[in-house]
Amino acid sequence: MSSSPVKQTAITSYPKFIGRALWLATEGSFAFYAWMTVLTAVFLVGANAWANQVAGGMITTNMTDHVSWGLYIANFTFCVGLAAGGVMMVIPAYLYDDEEMHKVVIIGEAVAIAAIVMCTLSVVVDLGRPDRFWHLIPGIGKFNWPMSMLTWDVIVLNGYLLINLHVVGYLLYMRYLGRKPNVWWYLPFVFLSIFWAISIHTVTAFLYCGLGGRPFWNSALLAPRFLASAFVSGPAFIILVMRVLRVTTGYAAPTGPARTLIQIIRVAMTINLLMLVSEIFTVLYTGSAHAAPLNYLFFGDHGKNGLVPWIWTAIGMNLVGTALFFTPAALERSHVRILACLLVIVGIWIEKGMGLIVPGFIPSTLHEIVEYSPSLLEWKVVAGIWGLGLIILTLSLKLIVNVFTDRMHTDEPAT
Amino acid sequence: MTSTDPCNSQQAESKANRSLPIVENFTRRAAVKGGFATLGAAAFVAAISPLRQAAKSTTAVEFMQRHYTELSPEQKANVISRLEAETKEKYGADVTIADDRPIPGTKFVYAINLSVCNGNGKCVEACHKENNHDRSTNQSYIRVIEMPKGTMDMEKGSTTYSGIVPKDDKFYLPVQCQQCDEPPCVDVCPVKATWKEEDGIVVVDYNWCIGCRYCEAACPYHARRFNWKQPEVPAEEINPDQSYLSNRVRPVGVVEKCTYCLHRTRRGKLPACLEACPTGARVFGNILDKNSNIRWILENKRVYILKEELGTKPAFFYYFD
Repeated sequence: MSSSPVKQTAITSYPKFIGRALWLATEGSFAFYAWMTVLTAVFLVGANAWANQVAGGMITTNMTDHVSWGLYIANFTFCVGLAAGGVMMVIPAYLYDDEEMHKVVIIGEAVAIAAIVMCTLSVVVDLGRPDRFWHLIPGIGKFNWPMSMLTWDVIVLNGYLLINLHVVGYLLYMRYLGRKPNVWWYLPFVFLSIFWAISIHTVTAFLYCGLGGRPFWNSALLAPRFLASAFVSGPAFIILVMRVLRVTTGYAAPTGPARTLIQIIRVAMTINLLMLVSEIFTVLYTGSAHAAPLNYLFFGDHGKNGLVPWIWTAIGMNLVGTALFFTPAALERSHVRILACLLVIVGIWIEKGMGLIVPGFIPSTLHEIVEYSPSLLEWKVVAGIWGLGLIILTLSLKLIVNVFTDRMHTDEPAT
Repeated sequence: MTSTDPCNSQQAESKANRSLPIVENFTRRAAVKGGFATLGAAAFVAAISPLRQAAKSTTAVEFMQRHYTELSPEQKANVISRLEAETKEKYGADVTIADDRPIPGTKFVYAINLSVCNGNGKCVEACHKENNHDRSTNQSYIRVIEMPKGTMDMEKGSTTYSGIVPKDDKFYLPVQCQQCDEPPCVDVCPVKATWKEEDGIVVVDYNWCIGCRYCEAACPYHARRFNWKQPEVPAEEINPDQSYLSNRVRPVGVVEKCTYCLHRTRRGKLPACLEACPTGARVFGNILDKNSNIRWILENKRVYILKEELGTKPAFFYYFD
């Protein structure tokens, strides 16, 4: 079809490509259908929980006027990091001309797309009035830009989504047509995406650290710590994705990129832990107003210690994961590598999520200690968001593999 | 899942001359996929069906309503009569919702005499009733902190004190919205649903707020409240004297706050919390009026500003005798 010499314009052939891609991306083995069915079921449970939340009011969550952000914003923060982490493949591929990384960089971009969708949904489910979402749309609503950091976040997250959709879509399309991509059509966007990836996480950190009334967040280290941890969780997630691809589709990525990513994780995680120690020292040694939330987080306060098990689990996972990354076995395709990735992903999810958002509110601005742990409904909603995110990721990875292994043409149904 | 159609037609166009059985196989797959897609879509519709319940309580007119500052006088009148009718329908109470605007040449300022306040909590209760707060959560815009003498560190205080007040070794610090001149809550709002009016009062358009609660995170004084559920107030307890930007019954899912009782103060009355105070600790007035009591206090007394180091510039002062 598309490879035939008959002249086709992009206007007709691009929709055809999308249609064909979606058709093939929904073809698969029994295991694939089982996986997609499970994800769909989880997504539906989440959608139902959210609908109940909208109908019954947010009293159905465990958030209060004291802890007014919870699991949703925690998950949002982690997903921003996941999206930004993909840039750690783009930088070696394009700035350092790493040939092997160049071949798999698109996987990082696919992860970014799914992660951004999860970010957006995590914020939408946190709105008390999702029906008024249009108030946030520039032009028809009332967009408080540039004052509100949340409007900056809306811009950078949507921008990042569009940039990645363009780059991934264009490169796959060209490959599908068997043409060499025109650098002017994607390279400027790739370089833009590098700055943009840094910006999404910086802006998200500014969302919190700009609040003078919340001493736990009001630290200049917050944005650098966000970035450092993003450059651990993002690459770790991508290593896992590459492993899953190899096992399920037989699409074996070269070994070089994973090694590069592990080197990046080693450095980024060390910096992250160093900044954590620096922050803890500064706060606890001086014993300033910043100390109360940190005390609550790590040791509990006035007999209230809801976050203590969370944070020590996170610290333990991060330390063990980091130690494993430094072993030589992590550079091989080994179980050690997989375990290390899982440990730091969960560790950072807790540290940046529950460990960062909730202590911002405990003690409250009037120093009341009201604890928070997510309700079952909140867990369902977040699971649903991950379900949808993984559906999007699975389909885009299948699409990528199909294009890269030229299955788009050879597996056409009639041949 | 919507891909089946373009693929199908594409298939039909380019491969019409191919062998029949495989085409059949292809269409069978398309049918199976289409079936599953339909099933998935139906399940999704069923999953989000509770939304229909929520949609019932929001009319199209309410959905389309513009921002308060963009409403024409006529539109405002329509909105207000709609809200009055809704209160009648949902709560069974006849109320009047006014649109009280700032009085030119007025800048409202509040002061509390910490040497006099004895923590009796009448202000908390008065606010609860005046502002039609949810009864079940005993909501109020004011919190009183019982503090040990010899410190201004709120970490050492308690908002859940009980027993006979005042206690000898304690003093009492009531906290409510400080109506800051540099309000962080206004800066962070992504949709300009909250703003500072000319008389210094920070207000919320409850019909524009999207409920993201960023303002609640930004406020250093715990002044903002979120409507986690639809407020419950018995008809006979509803204060019928209401204003659009202050004490009208709030919708679910939006943020609210102290408005210095603008439905009273902009009509020349005093805030409900002041009127209820039996000790005379509370002083309220127009700081631009050179002869006002509040002006004399701020010029002559020792004045304390809560969290002054944050640069929020409160229009709320604490003083000592």
